[in-house]
Amino acid sequence: MNNQKKNRLIDKAFSVWGFTSSLLGLIALAIFIGDILNTGLSRLSWEFITSLPSRFPNRAGIYTALLGSAWILVLTTLIAFPIGVMAGIYLEEFQKKSRFANLMEINLSNLAGVPSIIYGLLGLELFVRAYHLGPSIVAGSLTLALLILPIIIVTTREALRAVPQSIKDASYSLGATKLQTIWYHCLPISIGGIFTGVILAISRAVGEAAPLIVVGALAYVPFAPKSPFDSFSVLPIQIFNWISRPQSGFTVNAAAGIIVLLLLTFVMNGLAIYLRYKWQKKVKL
Amino acid sequence: MKTDRYTLLLTERIIKRLLQGAALVTVFTTLFIIGTLIFETYNFFREIPLVNFLFDTEWTPLFDNKKYGILTLLSGTFLTTFFAIVIAVPLGLSIAIYLNEYTNKRIRNILKPTLELLAAVPSVVYGFFALTVVTPFLQRFIPALSTFNSLSAGIVMGIMIIPFISSLSEDALSAVPSSLREAAYGMGATRFQTVFKVTVPAANSGIIVSIILAISRAVGETMIVAIAAGQQPRLTLNPLVPVETITAYIVQVSMGDVPHNSMEYRTIFAAGITLFIFTFILNNISFYLRKKFKERYE
Repeated sequence: MNNQKKNRLIDKAFSVWGFTSSLLGLIALAIFIGDILNTGLSRLSWEFITSLPSRFPNRAGIYTALLGSAWILVLTTLIAFPIGVMAGIYLEEFQKKSRFANLMEINLSNLAGVPSIIYGLLGLELFVRAYHLGPSIVAGSLTLALLILPIIIVTTREALRAVPQSIKDASYSLGATKLQTIWYHCLPISIGGIFTGVILAISRAVGEAAPLIVVGALAYVPFAPKSPFDSFSVLPIQIFNWISRPQSGFTVNAAAGIIVLLLLTFVMNGLAIYLRYKWQKKVKL
Repeated sequence: MKTDRYTLLLTERIIKRLLQGAALVTVFTTLFIIGTLIFETYNFFREIPLVNFLFDTEWTPLFDNKKYGILTLLSGTFLTTFFAIVIAVPLGLSIAIYLNEYTNKRIRNILKPTLELLAAVPSVVYGFFALTVVTPFLQRFIPALSTFNSLSAGIVMGIMIIPFISSLSEDALSAVPSSLREAAYGMGATRFQTVFKVTVPAANSGIIVSIILAISRAVGETMIVAIAAGQQPRLTLNPLVPVETITAYIVQVSMGDVPHNSMEYRTIFAAGITLFIFTFILNNISFYLRKKFKERYE
């Protein structure tokens, strides 16, 4: 075999290996989802979704955890969305190059890399203790809002950066101010990209368990939370709790809970991918 | 007309301040994180000498005979991170190279978002996977493997962070100017030769950034290790036995009812600041490298 043939063979082999690698992770995911469906699907019923937690696996349900997750989702979005988009607009459109600006960039990239459990420690000390909010839904939402803020800011900035300069120039040349240009032109164009980022961030918040455990969310909540100051549980924590128990009935419950959680995250991610696809088409005009 | 313009500009200045205020939230978040960690850790070290914290070989704050050797928790974190990286780096890099140099745009547009689903799955779910699927599977080949172990937790974490490496490395590879690539092809190089002799060396700092960020992510990952690696602090490099990572310890303490101002309460902050220092260093190295990389090709 001459050198050229050998090189071509190596090239082909790597092509096959690359394709296999791409599939390997997905195959693992597929096996896992298959296993989860196999274990949990039979347990999934309307009763499972509307039942309170219980010591008996076949009577326990995810009602309170699901409500807790819904509360957390809404409140976290209400807090993080406006602040994140506003901060993103400021950093992308108004901040001039300076040493402080450079520090802001370093800070933002650092925050995005802080482990979620550290945010939990912050929330515990700041919201639960210092502000006396207790282990409540508000404290949990504020903590998760801080956690997803960097994600929202970064995607807002990327979306704004994709707005063509020609559109801004046209707006300025008609006498529009900077904010008018941003409000009437940049934001409508970039809103698809911003929503994509926000949905991905919220989907991350819904799946988080660690920071909320540290803040003091409970594993067992026998009543549905009625106000944002009530104690709460969320779906991932309920699942964690069931996984930690030895009886096999709870393993089945955990699998059924995971099906619901995965459904939530996949729907949100699907929506985000769809929005991004539509938006990218629009921006290319 | 003139006054209109005046009020308009005034409103703009007020709104600009509001936007600036929102941006400053991020600064305060960082300050508060560092502040709380240092405050509670200071209280911790008023009672426990730093030497004990760094060199004791046991971590037993929840028992009667209290020992505070952080190395014990670090060994757990090291083990799980190590296996995650061993899985994620070769796979993630191969995927990045394959997507960038070997496939056409259509396949890339399908594969990339599908792979990102791996990072979207909540980590509690991966923990369940590690405990109920991977560990029993591995036990068929390694009978000595305990129900809780760092090996399966690490492997599953590796699958989770594949997209971090593949996505960021792919960005770095596609930022390499195509003139370099075309020059290699022009000399008669195969795709494989072009990739490993030209594209990858040209994108190396971007690739290193992706690996560093993945390590940082693995070090801070919590639920997978809390579920599958166990909650038994142990200074060991044996991947088959239960261990406890820094993050799993924080979860373990938080699940119980710990009174404020107690020593147990402070230990989670001492453990937290150790974790924070590691990720802080990793994140800053990657920020610095990324900036260098951008300067080179822009």
